[in-house]
Amino acid sequence: MALCRWRVMRGLASLGPVSVVVLVLFGFWYLAAVWLNADWARDKAARADVELSFSELVADTLSQDKPKLPAPHQVAVEIWETTAEKKVTSKRSLVYHGWITLSATLLGFGMGTVLGILLAIGIVHNRAMNNSVMPWLITSQTIPILAIAPMIIVVLNSVGLSGLLPKALISTYLSFFPVAVGMVKGLRSPDAMQLDQMRTWSASAAQTFWKLRWPSSMPYLFTSLKIGVAASLVGAIVGELPTGAVAGLGARLLAGSYYGQTVQIWSALISAAVLAACLVGIVGVVQRVTLRRMGMA
Amino acid sequence: MMLVATAFLVWGLGWVLNIWLARFGGRWVSLVSALVFGVTLLLVWELVVRGLGVSAVILPPPSAIAVRLADPAAQAILWGDFVQTFVKGALSGYVLGCGAGFLVAIATDRSPFLQAGLLPVGNFVAALPIIGMAPILVMWFGFDWESKAAIVVVMVFFPMLVNTVQGLTEASSMQRDLMRTYAASYWQTLLKLRLPAAAPFIFNGLKIATTLALIGAIVAEFFGSPTKGMGFRISTEVGRLSLDMVWAVIAVAALSGSAFYGGIALLEKATTFWHPSQRER
Repeated sequence: MALCRWRVMRGLASLGPVSVVVLVLFGFWYLAAVWLNADWARDKAARADVELSFSELVADTLSQDKPKLPAPHQVAVEIWETTAEKKVTSKRSLVYHGWITLSATLLGFGMGTVLGILLAIGIVHNRAMNNSVMPWLITSQTIPILAIAPMIIVVLNSVGLSGLLPKALISTYLSFFPVAVGMVKGLRSPDAMQLDQMRTWSASAAQTFWKLRWPSSMPYLFTSLKIGVAASLVGAIVGELPTGAVAGLGARLLAGSYYGQTVQIWSALISAAVLAACLVGIVGVVQRVTLRRMGMA
Repeated sequence: MMLVATAFLVWGLGWVLNIWLARFGGRWVSLVSALVFGVTLLLVWELVVRGLGVSAVILPPPSAIAVRLADPAAQAILWGDFVQTFVKGALSGYVLGCGAGFLVAIATDRSPFLQAGLLPVGNFVAALPIIGMAPILVMWFGFDWESKAAIVVVMVFFPMLVNTVQGLTEASSMQRDLMRTYAASYWQTLLKLRLPAAAPFIFNGLKIATTLALIGAIVAEFFGSPTKGMGFRISTEVGRLSLDMVWAVIAVAALSGSAFYGGIALLEKATTFWHPSQRER
Protein backbone atom coordinates (compact mmCIF):
# COMPACT_ATOMS: atom_id res chain seq x y z
CA MET A 1 0.00 0.00 0.00
CA ALA A 2 2.75 2.38 1.01
CA LEU A 3 4.68 1.38 -2.09
CA CYS A 4 1.60 1.98 -4.20
CA ARG A 5 1.11 5.47 -2.75
CA TRP A 6 4.77 6.22 -3.34
CA ARG A 7 4.41 5.28 -6.97
CA VAL A 8 1.41 7.57 -7.37
CA MET A 9 3.36 10.40 -5.74
CA ARG A 10 6.25 9.89 -8.11
CA GLY A 11 3.86 9.84 -11.03
CA LEU A 12 2.38 13.17 -9.93
CA ALA A 13 5.82 14.68 -9.42
CA SER A 14 6.72 14.21 -13.11
CA LEU A 15 3.31 15.55 -14.15
CA GLY A 16 4.41 19.16 -13.57
CA PRO A 17 7.48 19.15 -15.84
CA VAL A 18 5.66 17.11 -18.50
CA SER A 19 2.74 19.52 -18.66
CA VAL A 20 5.12 22.49 -18.84
CA VAL A 21 6.98 20.92 -21.75
CA VAL A 22 3.70 20.10 -23.51
CA LEU A 23 2.43 23.65 -22.97
CA VAL A 24 5.68 25.07 -24.37
CA LEU A 25 5.31 22.82 -27.41
CA PHE A 26 1.76 24.09 -27.98
CA GLY A 27 3.05 27.66 -27.65
CA PHE A 28 5.66 26.96 -30.32
CA TRP A 29 2.96 25.44 -32.50
CA TYR A 30 0.82 28.61 -32.33
CA LEU A 31 3.84 30.85 -32.99
CA ALA A 32 4.87 28.70 -35.96
CA ALA A 33 1.31 28.78 -37.31
CA VAL A 34 1.26 32.59 -37.19
CA TRP A 35 4.70 32.86 -38.75
CA LEU A 36 4.13 30.32 -41.54
CA ASN A 37 0.65 31.53 -42.48
CA ALA A 38 1.46 35.25 -42.31
CA ASP A 39 2.64 35.45 -45.95
CA TRP A 40 -0.65 34.18 -47.30
CA ALA A 41 -2.64 36.49 -45.02
CA ARG A 42 -0.58 39.52 -46.17
CA ASP A 43 -0.96 38.50 -49.82
CA LYS A 44 -4.70 38.27 -49.44
CA ALA A 45 -4.87 41.64 -47.68
CA ALA A 46 -2.70 43.34 -50.33
CA ARG A 47 -4.95 42.05 -53.09
CA ALA A 48 -8.02 43.32 -51.27
CA ASP A 49 -6.24 46.63 -50.62
CA VAL A 50 -6.69 46.53 -46.88
CA GLU A 51 -4.11 47.29 -44.27
CA LEU A 52 -4.00 44.58 -41.62
CA SER A 53 -3.40 45.48 -38.02
CA PHE A 54 -1.31 43.03 -36.03
CA SER A 55 -4.26 41.48 -34.20
CA GLU A 56 -6.18 41.06 -37.48
CA LEU A 57 -3.14 39.41 -39.02
CA VAL A 58 -2.87 36.93 -36.14
CA ALA A 59 -6.60 36.22 -36.23
CA ASP A 60 -6.41 35.58 -39.99
CA THR A 61 -3.41 33.23 -39.72
CA LEU A 62 -5.24 31.08 -37.20
CA SER A 63 -8.42 30.66 -39.22
CA GLN A 64 -7.39 29.99 -42.84
CA ASP A 65 -9.02 27.28 -44.90
CA LYS A 66 -5.85 25.70 -46.26
CA PRO A 67 -3.13 27.00 -43.95
CA LYS A 68 0.50 25.95 -44.27
CA LEU A 69 0.34 24.92 -40.64
CA PRO A 70 -3.14 24.68 -39.08
CA ALA A 71 -3.44 25.90 -35.50
CA PRO A 72 -4.14 23.27 -32.82
CA HIS A 73 -7.72 24.39 -32.30
CA GLN A 74 -8.49 24.03 -36.04
CA VAL A 75 -7.21 20.45 -35.91
CA ALA A 76 -9.23 19.80 -32.76
CA VAL A 77 -12.41 21.11 -34.43
CA GLU A 78 -11.77 18.96 -37.52
CA ILE A 79 -11.21 15.87 -35.37
CA TRP A 80 -14.39 16.56 -33.41
CA GLU A 81 -16.39 17.04 -36.62
CA THR A 82 -15.08 13.88 -38.25
CA THR A 83 -15.40 11.62 -35.22
CA ALA A 84 -18.35 12.72 -33.13
CA GLU A 85 -20.56 14.44 -35.69
CA LYS A 86 -20.28 11.90 -38.52
CA LYS A 87 -21.79 8.44 -38.59
CA VAL A 88 -19.23 5.75 -37.83
CA THR A 89 -19.88 4.02 -41.14
CA SER A 90 -19.48 7.21 -43.18
CA LYS A 91 -16.45 7.46 -45.49
CA ARG A 92 -15.69 10.82 -43.93
CA SER A 93 -15.58 9.52 -40.40
CA LEU A 94 -12.14 9.28 -38.83
CA VAL A 95 -13.43 6.45 -36.66
CA TYR A 96 -14.10 4.42 -39.80
CA HIS A 97 -10.61 5.07 -41.19
CA GLY A 98 -9.02 4.56 -37.80
CA TRP A 99 -10.73 1.19 -37.40
CA ILE A 100 -9.46 -0.01 -40.79
CA THR A 101 -5.92 0.91 -39.80
CA LEU A 102 -6.33 -0.54 -36.33
CA SER A 103 -7.60 -3.91 -37.55
CA ALA A 104 -4.61 -4.27 -39.90
CA THR A 105 -2.30 -3.22 -37.08
CA LEU A 106 -3.70 -5.72 -34.60
CA LEU A 107 -3.69 -8.62 -37.06
CA GLY A 108 -0.10 -7.86 -38.05
CA PHE A 109 0.96 -7.35 -34.46
CA GLY A 110 -0.53 -10.69 -33.43
CA MET A 111 1.17 -12.56 -36.28
CA GLY A 112 4.45 -10.74 -35.66
CA THR A 113 4.41 -11.57 -31.95
CA VAL A 114 3.77 -15.27 -32.58
CA LEU A 115 6.45 -15.41 -35.28
CA GLY A 116 8.94 -13.53 -33.10
CA ILE A 117 8.39 -15.81 -30.09
CA LEU A 118 8.67 -18.97 -32.21
CA LEU A 119 11.89 -17.73 -33.81
CA ALA A 120 13.31 -16.85 -30.39
CA ILE A 121 12.48 -20.30 -29.02
CA GLY A 122 14.19 -21.89 -32.02
CA ILE A 123 17.24 -19.68 -31.70
CA VAL A 124 17.62 -20.32 -27.98
CA HIS A 125 17.24 -24.11 -28.24
CA ASN A 126 19.13 -24.80 -31.45
CA ARG A 127 22.71 -23.74 -31.97
CA ALA A 128 22.64 -24.23 -35.71
CA MET A 129 19.71 -21.83 -35.91
CA ASN A 130 21.43 -19.35 -33.62
CA ASN A 131 24.51 -19.35 -35.85
CA SER A 132 22.73 -19.14 -39.17
CA VAL A 133 19.48 -17.22 -38.61
CA MET A 134 20.45 -14.62 -36.00
CA PRO A 135 22.82 -12.56 -38.20
CA TRP A 136 20.25 -12.49 -41.02
CA LEU A 137 17.57 -11.44 -38.58
CA ILE A 138 19.63 -8.36 -37.82
CA THR A 139 20.43 -7.74 -41.48
CA SER A 140 16.74 -8.05 -42.34
CA GLN A 141 16.06 -4.92 -40.32
CA THR A 142 18.59 -2.78 -42.18
CA ILE A 143 16.45 -3.30 -45.28
CA PRO A 144 14.15 -0.31 -45.35
CA ILE A 145 11.02 -2.46 -45.47
CA LEU A 146 8.75 0.54 -45.21
CA ALA A 147 10.25 1.78 -48.43
CA ILE A 148 9.35 -1.37 -50.33
CA ALA A 149 5.96 -1.70 -48.64
CA PRO A 150 4.10 -0.20 -51.63
CA MET A 151 5.69 -2.74 -53.95
CA ILE A 152 4.76 -5.62 -51.65
CA ILE A 153 1.18 -4.39 -51.56
CA VAL A 154 0.99 -4.06 -55.35
CA VAL A 155 2.56 -7.47 -55.91
CA LEU A 156 0.30 -9.17 -53.37
CA ASN A 157 -2.67 -7.48 -55.00
CA SER A 158 -1.69 -8.94 -58.35
CA VAL A 159 -1.54 -12.42 -56.80
CA GLY A 160 -5.06 -11.90 -55.59
CA LEU A 161 -4.37 -10.97 -51.98
CA SER A 162 -5.97 -7.68 -51.13
CA GLY A 163 -7.62 -5.85 -48.29
CA LEU A 164 -6.43 -6.47 -44.78
CA LEU A 165 -3.78 -9.14 -45.20
CA PRO A 166 -1.09 -7.32 -47.24
CA LYS A 167 -1.06 -4.42 -44.78
CA ALA A 168 -0.99 -6.83 -41.87
CA LEU A 169 2.01 -8.60 -43.45
CA ILE A 170 3.99 -5.33 -43.44
CA SER A 171 3.06 -4.85 -39.79
CA THR A 172 4.16 -8.41 -39.11
CA TYR A 173 7.54 -7.82 -40.69
CA LEU A 174 8.07 -4.69 -38.62
CA SER A 175 6.92 -6.16 -35.31
CA PHE A 176 8.48 -9.64 -35.30
CA PHE A 177 12.03 -8.34 -35.01
CA PRO A 178 11.81 -6.47 -31.69
CA VAL A 179 9.88 -9.40 -30.23
CA ALA A 180 12.38 -11.99 -31.48
CA VAL A 181 15.43 -10.06 -30.25
CA GLY A 182 13.82 -9.24 -26.89
CA MET A 183 12.69 -12.83 -26.36
CA VAL A 184 16.11 -14.27 -27.23
CA LYS A 185 17.51 -12.03 -24.52
CA GLY A 186 14.66 -12.89 -22.14
CA LEU A 187 14.78 -16.67 -22.65
CA ARG A 188 18.53 -16.53 -22.04
CA SER A 189 18.17 -14.37 -18.92
CA PRO A 190 18.11 -17.25 -16.37
CA ASP A 191 21.71 -17.57 -15.19
CA ALA A 192 23.81 -20.74 -15.12
CA MET A 193 23.01 -21.33 -11.44
CA GLN A 194 19.25 -21.46 -12.07
CA LEU A 195 19.72 -23.69 -15.12
CA ASP A 196 21.91 -26.01 -13.04
CA GLN A 197 19.23 -26.11 -10.38
CA MET A 198 16.72 -27.28 -12.98
CA ARG A 199 19.20 -29.95 -14.03
CA THR A 200 19.62 -31.22 -10.46
CA TRP A 201 15.86 -31.66 -10.38
CA SER A 202 16.26 -33.62 -13.64
CA ALA A 203 13.80 -31.33 -15.36
CA SER A 204 13.13 -32.03 -19.03
CA ALA A 205 13.78 -29.36 -21.65
CA ALA A 206 10.04 -28.62 -21.79
CA GLN A 207 9.83 -28.24 -18.01
CA THR A 208 12.85 -25.96 -17.94
CA PHE A 209 11.22 -23.90 -20.65
CA TRP A 210 7.77 -23.56 -19.08
CA LYS A 211 8.85 -23.21 -15.44
CA LEU A 212 12.05 -21.20 -15.74
CA ARG A 213 12.78 -19.67 -19.14
CA TRP A 214 9.27 -18.56 -20.11
CA PRO A 215 8.38 -16.85 -16.80
CA SER A 216 11.73 -15.07 -16.53
CA SER A 217 11.42 -13.74 -20.09
CA MET A 218 8.17 -11.88 -19.36
CA PRO A 219 9.64 -8.41 -18.58
CA TYR A 220 11.63 -8.59 -21.85
CA LEU A 221 8.55 -9.71 -23.78
CA PHE A 222 6.45 -6.74 -22.70
CA THR A 223 9.19 -4.20 -23.36
CA SER A 224 9.51 -5.52 -26.92
CA LEU A 225 5.74 -5.72 -27.36
CA LYS A 226 5.54 -1.97 -26.75
CA ILE A 227 8.07 -1.31 -29.51
CA GLY A 228 6.39 -3.89 -31.72
CA VAL A 229 2.88 -2.46 -31.49
CA ALA A 230 4.10 1.06 -32.32
CA ALA A 231 6.02 -0.33 -35.31
CA SER A 232 2.95 -2.29 -36.48
CA LEU A 233 0.90 0.88 -36.60
CA VAL A 234 3.53 2.63 -38.71
CA GLY A 235 3.57 -0.40 -41.01
CA ALA A 236 -0.19 -0.40 -41.44
CA ILE A 237 -0.25 3.33 -42.21
CA VAL A 238 2.51 3.13 -44.81
CA GLY A 239 0.86 0.01 -46.23
CA GLU A 240 -2.23 2.07 -46.96
CA LEU A 241 -0.41 4.64 -49.07
CA PRO A 242 -0.29 2.75 -52.38
CA THR A 243 -3.81 1.32 -52.28
CA GLY A 244 -4.96 4.41 -54.14
CA ALA A 245 -6.12 6.25 -51.04
CA VAL A 246 -9.20 4.12 -50.45
CA ALA A 247 -9.49 3.85 -46.70
CA GLY A 248 -7.44 4.06 -43.55
CA LEU A 249 -5.43 6.77 -41.84
CA GLY A 250 -2.61 6.43 -44.39
CA ALA A 251 -5.09 6.99 -47.19
CA ARG A 252 -6.37 10.10 -45.42
CA LEU A 253 -2.80 11.39 -45.29
CA LEU A 254 -2.27 10.76 -49.00
CA ALA A 255 -5.63 12.23 -50.05
CA GLY A 256 -4.96 15.27 -47.89
CA SER A 257 -1.57 15.80 -49.48
CA TYR A 258 -3.03 15.51 -53.00
CA TYR A 259 -5.68 18.14 -52.39
CA GLY A 260 -3.67 20.39 -50.07
CA GLN A 261 -6.09 19.75 -47.20
CA THR A 262 -3.60 20.42 -44.44
CA VAL A 263 -6.20 20.34 -41.68
CA GLN A 264 -7.19 16.84 -42.81
CA ILE A 265 -3.56 15.68 -42.84
CA TRP A 266 -2.96 16.97 -39.35
CA SER A 267 -6.14 15.47 -37.97
CA ALA A 268 -5.20 12.07 -39.44
CA LEU A 269 -1.72 12.49 -38.01
CA ILE A 270 -2.95 13.40 -34.54
CA SER A 271 -5.44 10.54 -34.47
CA ALA A 272 -2.66 8.16 -35.53
CA ALA A 273 -0.60 9.53 -32.63
CA VAL A 274 -3.48 9.05 -30.18
CA LEU A 275 -4.00 5.52 -31.49
CA ALA A 276 -0.29 4.73 -31.01
CA ALA A 277 -0.35 6.15 -27.49
CA CYS A 278 -3.43 4.08 -26.60
CA LEU A 279 -1.93 0.86 -27.98
CA VAL A 280 1.35 1.35 -26.13
CA GLY A 281 -0.62 2.31 -23.02
CA ILE A 282 -2.75 -0.85 -23.16
CA VAL A 283 0.35 -3.03 -23.47
CA GLY A 284 1.81 -1.13 -20.51
CA VAL A 285 -1.27 -1.83 -18.36
CA VAL A 286 -1.24 -5.54 -19.26
CA GLN A 287 2.46 -5.59 -18.42
CA ARG A 288 1.92 -4.05 -15.00
CA VAL A 289 -0.96 -6.37 -14.11
CA THR A 290 0.84 -9.51 -15.32
CA LEU A 291 4.13 -8.71 -13.67
CA ARG A 292 2.45 -7.82 -10.40
CA ARG A 293 0.55 -11.11 -10.37
CA MET A 294 3.83 -12.91 -11.05
CA GLY A 295 5.44 -11.02 -8.18
CA MET A 296 7.99 -9.33 -10.41
CA ALA A 297 6.96 -5.70 -10.04
CA MET B 1 8.83 -30.06 -60.61
CA MET B 2 12.43 -31.26 -60.66
CA LEU B 3 13.63 -27.80 -59.77
CA VAL B 4 11.30 -27.52 -56.77
CA ALA B 5 12.48 -30.91 -55.52
CA THR B 6 16.06 -29.68 -55.93
CA ALA B 7 15.12 -26.63 -53.89
CA PHE B 8 14.02 -28.86 -51.02
CA LEU B 9 17.22 -30.87 -51.40
CA VAL B 10 19.36 -27.70 -51.27
CA TRP B 11 17.45 -26.53 -48.19
CA GLY B 12 18.07 -29.88 -46.45
CA LEU B 13 21.75 -29.88 -47.42
CA GLY B 14 22.22 -26.35 -46.09
CA TRP B 15 20.51 -27.30 -42.87
CA VAL B 16 22.62 -30.45 -42.36
CA LEU B 17 25.76 -28.43 -43.11
CA ASN B 18 24.78 -25.87 -40.49
CA ILE B 19 24.05 -28.52 -37.87
CA TRP B 20 27.44 -30.04 -38.61
CA LEU B 21 29.09 -26.61 -38.36
CA ALA B 22 27.37 -25.89 -35.03
CA ARG B 23 29.48 -28.60 -33.42
CA PHE B 24 32.58 -26.43 -33.76
CA GLY B 25 33.22 -23.27 -31.81
CA GLY B 26 34.91 -20.05 -32.79
CA ARG B 27 34.24 -16.82 -34.59
CA TRP B 28 34.52 -18.02 -38.17
CA VAL B 29 31.90 -20.73 -37.65
CA SER B 30 29.07 -18.31 -37.04
CA LEU B 31 30.23 -16.28 -40.04
CA VAL B 32 30.34 -19.34 -42.30
CA SER B 33 26.98 -20.68 -41.16
CA ALA B 34 25.37 -17.29 -41.70
CA LEU B 35 26.83 -17.34 -45.23
CA VAL B 36 25.58 -20.88 -45.81
CA PHE B 37 22.10 -19.86 -44.71
CA GLY B 38 22.12 -16.82 -46.99
CA VAL B 39 23.33 -18.77 -50.03
CA THR B 40 20.76 -21.50 -49.36
CA LEU B 41 18.01 -18.91 -49.21
CA LEU B 42 19.07 -17.39 -52.56
CA LEU B 43 19.33 -20.83 -54.23
CA VAL B 44 15.91 -21.90 -52.94
CA TRP B 45 14.40 -18.61 -54.17
CA GLU B 46 15.93 -19.11 -57.63
CA LEU B 47 14.89 -22.76 -57.91
CA VAL B 48 11.35 -22.29 -56.64
CA VAL B 49 10.70 -19.28 -58.89
CA ARG B 50 11.99 -21.20 -61.93
CA GLY B 51 10.39 -24.47 -60.92
CA LEU B 52 6.92 -23.09 -60.34
CA GLY B 53 7.19 -20.72 -63.30
CA VAL B 54 6.39 -17.66 -61.21
CA SER B 55 5.93 -14.69 -63.52
CA ALA B 56 8.76 -12.14 -63.44
CA VAL B 57 6.09 -9.50 -62.83
CA ILE B 58 5.42 -10.97 -59.40
CA LEU B 59 8.81 -12.19 -58.19
CA PRO B 60 11.90 -12.20 -60.40
CA PRO B 61 14.59 -14.81 -59.67
CA PRO B 62 17.81 -13.51 -58.04
CA SER B 63 19.77 -14.15 -61.26
CA ALA B 64 17.59 -11.66 -63.17
CA ILE B 65 18.19 -9.08 -60.45
CA ALA B 66 21.93 -9.74 -60.63
CA VAL B 67 21.86 -9.30 -64.40
CA ARG B 68 20.08 -5.98 -63.96
CA LEU B 69 22.61 -4.89 -61.33
CA ALA B 70 25.48 -5.70 -63.70
CA ASP B 71 23.98 -3.67 -66.55
CA PRO B 72 25.95 -0.39 -66.94
CA ALA B 73 22.89 1.67 -67.93
CA ALA B 74 21.02 0.49 -64.84
CA GLN B 75 24.11 1.17 -62.75
CA ALA B 76 24.18 4.81 -63.85
CA ILE B 77 20.52 5.22 -62.91
CA LEU B 78 21.04 3.49 -59.57
CA TRP B 79 24.05 5.67 -58.78
CA GLY B 80 22.01 8.82 -59.47
CA ASP B 81 19.21 7.55 -57.21
CA PHE B 82 21.72 6.65 -54.52
CA VAL B 83 23.28 10.13 -54.53
CA GLN B 84 19.87 11.83 -54.54
CA THR B 85 18.29 9.77 -51.76
CA PHE B 86 21.13 8.56 -49.59
CA VAL B 87 23.83 11.23 -49.79
CA LYS B 88 21.68 14.33 -50.24
CA GLY B 89 18.52 13.35 -48.37
CA ALA B 90 19.31 10.77 -45.72
CA LEU B 91 22.89 11.63 -44.82
CA SER B 92 22.46 15.41 -44.49
CA GLY B 93 19.26 14.93 -42.48
CA TYR B 94 20.98 12.33 -40.32
CA VAL B 95 23.86 14.64 -39.45
CA LEU B 96 21.57 17.61 -38.75
CA GLY B 97 18.99 15.63 -36.77
CA CYS B 98 21.44 13.66 -34.65
CA GLY B 99 23.50 16.79 -34.03
CA ALA B 100 20.40 18.73 -32.98
CA GLY B 101 19.19 15.92 -30.70
CA PHE B 102 22.61 15.69 -29.07
CA LEU B 103 22.92 19.46 -28.56
CA VAL B 104 19.39 19.82 -27.13
CA ALA B 105 20.14 17.00 -24.70
CA ILE B 106 23.31 18.80 -23.55
CA ALA B 107 21.49 22.14 -23.38
CA THR B 108 18.73 20.81 -21.14
CA ASP B 109 21.21 18.82 -19.08
CA ARG B 110 21.57 21.48 -16.38
CA SER B 111 17.85 21.70 -15.70
CA PRO B 112 16.49 18.52 -14.06
CA PHE B 113 13.02 20.05 -14.37
CA LEU B 114 13.22 20.28 -18.17
CA GLN B 115 14.68 16.80 -18.38
CA ALA B 116 11.94 15.30 -16.24
CA GLY B 117 9.51 16.83 -18.74
CA LEU B 118 11.46 16.10 -21.92
CA LEU B 119 12.13 12.41 -21.35
CA PRO B 120 8.50 11.18 -21.21
CA VAL B 121 7.46 13.53 -24.04
CA GLY B 122 10.45 12.46 -26.15
CA ASN B 123 9.72 8.79 -25.48
CA PHE B 124 6.12 9.35 -26.47
CA VAL B 125 6.99 11.20 -29.69
CA ALA B 126 9.60 8.57 -30.58
CA ALA B 127 6.81 5.95 -30.61
CA LEU B 128 4.55 8.02 -32.88
CA PRO B 129 4.21 7.40 -36.61
CA ILE B 130 6.35 10.44 -37.46
CA ILE B 131 6.68 9.19 -41.02
CA GLY B 132 3.17 10.58 -41.51
CA MET B 133 4.65 14.08 -41.37
CA ALA B 134 6.23 13.41 -44.76
CA PRO B 135 3.42 14.92 -46.89
CA ILE B 136 3.43 18.09 -44.76
CA LEU B 137 7.18 18.55 -45.01
CA VAL B 138 7.10 17.89 -48.76
CA MET B 139 4.54 20.69 -48.96
CA TRP B 140 6.73 23.05 -46.96
CA PHE B 141 10.17 22.36 -48.42
CA GLY B 142 9.38 21.42 -52.01
CA PHE B 143 9.99 18.25 -53.99
CA ASP B 144 13.77 18.19 -53.95
CA TRP B 145 16.08 16.67 -51.36
CA GLU B 146 15.53 19.44 -48.78
CA SER B 147 12.13 18.04 -47.81
CA LYS B 148 13.62 14.55 -47.51
CA ALA B 149 16.38 15.85 -45.27
CA ALA B 150 13.73 17.64 -43.18
CA ILE B 151 11.68 14.49 -42.56
CA VAL B 152 14.87 12.62 -41.66
CA VAL B 153 15.75 15.38 -39.16
CA VAL B 154 12.35 15.07 -37.47
CA MET B 155 12.53 11.27 -37.44
CA VAL B 156 16.02 10.88 -35.94
CA PHE B 157 15.81 13.83 -33.52
CA PHE B 158 13.74 12.20 -30.77
CA PRO B 159 15.45 8.79 -30.54
CA MET B 160 18.78 10.63 -30.39
CA LEU B 161 17.51 13.09 -27.75
CA VAL B 162 16.04 10.37 -25.53
CA ASN B 163 19.12 8.19 -25.74
CA THR B 164 21.53 11.03 -24.99
CA VAL B 165 19.47 12.30 -22.04
CA GLN B 166 19.31 8.78 -20.66
CA GLY B 167 23.02 8.23 -21.24
CA LEU B 168 23.95 11.42 -19.40
CA THR B 169 22.39 10.02 -16.21
CA GLU B 170 24.57 6.92 -16.52
CA ALA B 171 27.60 8.07 -14.48
CA SER B 172 27.11 6.96 -10.86
CA SER B 173 26.95 9.45 -7.99
CA MET B 174 30.17 7.96 -6.63
CA GLN B 175 31.99 8.81 -9.87
CA ARG B 176 30.49 12.31 -9.88
CA ASP B 177 31.57 12.85 -6.28
CA LEU B 178 35.06 11.83 -7.25
CA MET B 179 35.07 14.49 -9.99
CA ARG B 180 33.88 17.01 -7.41
CA THR B 181 36.76 16.12 -5.07
CA TYR B 182 39.09 16.84 -8.00
CA ALA B 183 37.41 20.29 -8.17
CA ALA B 184 36.41 19.55 -11.76
CA SER B 185 34.22 22.16 -13.45
CA TYR B 186 30.85 21.26 -15.02
CA TRP B 187 32.37 21.05 -18.48
CA GLN B 188 35.30 18.95 -17.32
CA THR B 189 32.92 16.51 -15.64
CA LEU B 190 30.80 16.43 -18.78
CA LEU B 191 33.68 15.87 -21.19
CA LYS B 192 35.80 13.49 -19.12
CA LEU B 193 33.23 11.48 -17.20
CA ARG B 194 29.63 11.79 -18.29
CA LEU B 195 29.92 11.85 -22.09
CA PRO B 196 32.21 8.81 -22.17
CA ALA B 197 29.84 7.03 -19.78
CA ALA B 198 26.96 7.98 -22.08
CA ALA B 199 28.74 6.72 -25.21
CA PRO B 200 26.96 3.33 -25.44
CA PHE B 201 23.59 5.09 -25.25
CA ILE B 202 24.60 7.74 -27.77
CA PHE B 203 25.79 5.08 -30.19
CA ASN B 204 22.57 3.15 -29.65
CA GLY B 205 20.67 6.27 -30.72
CA LEU B 206 22.96 6.76 -33.71
CA LYS B 207 22.39 3.15 -34.79
CA ILE B 208 18.61 3.34 -34.50
CA ALA B 209 18.77 6.57 -36.49
CA THR B 210 20.63 4.96 -39.44
CA THR B 211 17.68 2.78 -40.46
CA LEU B 212 15.17 5.53 -39.71
CA ALA B 213 17.08 7.97 -41.92
CA LEU B 214 17.01 5.73 -44.99
CA ILE B 215 13.34 4.82 -44.47
CA GLY B 216 12.38 8.47 -44.04
CA ALA B 217 14.20 9.62 -47.14
CA ILE B 218 12.69 6.88 -49.33
CA VAL B 219 9.11 7.10 -48.04
CA ALA B 220 9.11 10.91 -48.35
CA GLU B 221 9.73 10.46 -52.08
CA PHE B 222 6.37 8.72 -52.47
CA PHE B 223 4.74 12.08 -51.70
CA GLY B 224 6.56 13.92 -54.43
CA SER B 225 10.12 13.96 -55.77
CA PRO B 226 12.19 15.04 -58.75
CA THR B 227 12.59 12.36 -61.41
CA LYS B 228 15.30 10.51 -59.53
CA GLY B 229 15.72 8.91 -56.14
CA MET B 230 15.20 5.42 -54.77
CA GLY B 231 11.58 5.96 -53.69
CA PHE B 232 10.70 7.54 -57.02
CA ARG B 233 12.39 4.65 -58.86
CA ILE B 234 10.53 2.03 -56.83
CA SER B 235 7.11 3.57 -57.38
CA THR B 236 7.60 4.23 -61.12
CA GLU B 237 9.19 0.86 -61.90
CA VAL B 238 6.40 -0.94 -60.05
CA GLY B 239 4.03 0.94 -62.34
CA ARG B 240 6.02 -0.25 -65.39
CA LEU B 241 6.05 -3.81 -63.99
CA SER B 242 9.83 -4.13 -64.29
CA LEU B 243 10.22 -5.81 -60.96
CA ASP B 244 13.85 -6.77 -61.52
CA MET B 245 14.77 -3.07 -61.47
CA VAL B 246 12.73 -2.59 -58.29
CA TRP B 247 14.60 -5.42 -56.63
CA ALA B 248 17.89 -3.96 -57.83
CA VAL B 249 16.96 -0.69 -56.08
CA ILE B 250 16.01 -2.66 -52.97
CA ALA B 251 19.37 -4.45 -53.08
CA VAL B 252 21.17 -1.10 -53.27
CA ALA B 253 19.05 0.27 -50.41
CA ALA B 254 19.66 -2.80 -48.25
CA LEU B 255 23.37 -2.73 -49.01
CA SER B 256 23.78 0.96 -48.24
CA GLY B 257 21.60 0.63 -45.12
CA SER B 258 23.69 -2.27 -43.83
CA ALA B 259 26.91 -0.46 -44.65
CA PHE B 260 25.69 2.66 -42.86
CA TYR B 261 24.75 0.64 -39.77
CA GLY B 262 27.95 -1.36 -39.92
CA GLY B 263 30.01 1.83 -40.22
CA ILE B 264 28.45 3.27 -37.05
CA ALA B 265 28.94 -0.06 -35.27
CA LEU B 266 32.64 -0.07 -36.26
CA LEU B 267 32.98 3.51 -35.06
CA GLU B 268 31.44 2.45 -31.75
CA LYS B 269 33.89 -0.41 -31.44
CA ALA B 270 36.81 1.89 -32.16
CA THR B 271 35.79 4.66 -29.73
CA THR B 272 34.23 2.73 -26.82
CA PHE B 273 36.53 -0.29 -26.84
CA TRP B 274 37.05 0.22 -23.09
CA HIS B 275 33.39 -0.18 -22.18
CA PRO B 276 32.26 -3.48 -20.58
CA SER B 277 29.53 -3.95 -23.18
CA GLN B 278 32.21 -4.03 -25.92
CA ARG B 279 34.88 -5.94 -24.00
CA GLU B 280 32.78 -8.99 -23.25
CA ARG B 281 32.72 -10.23 -26.80
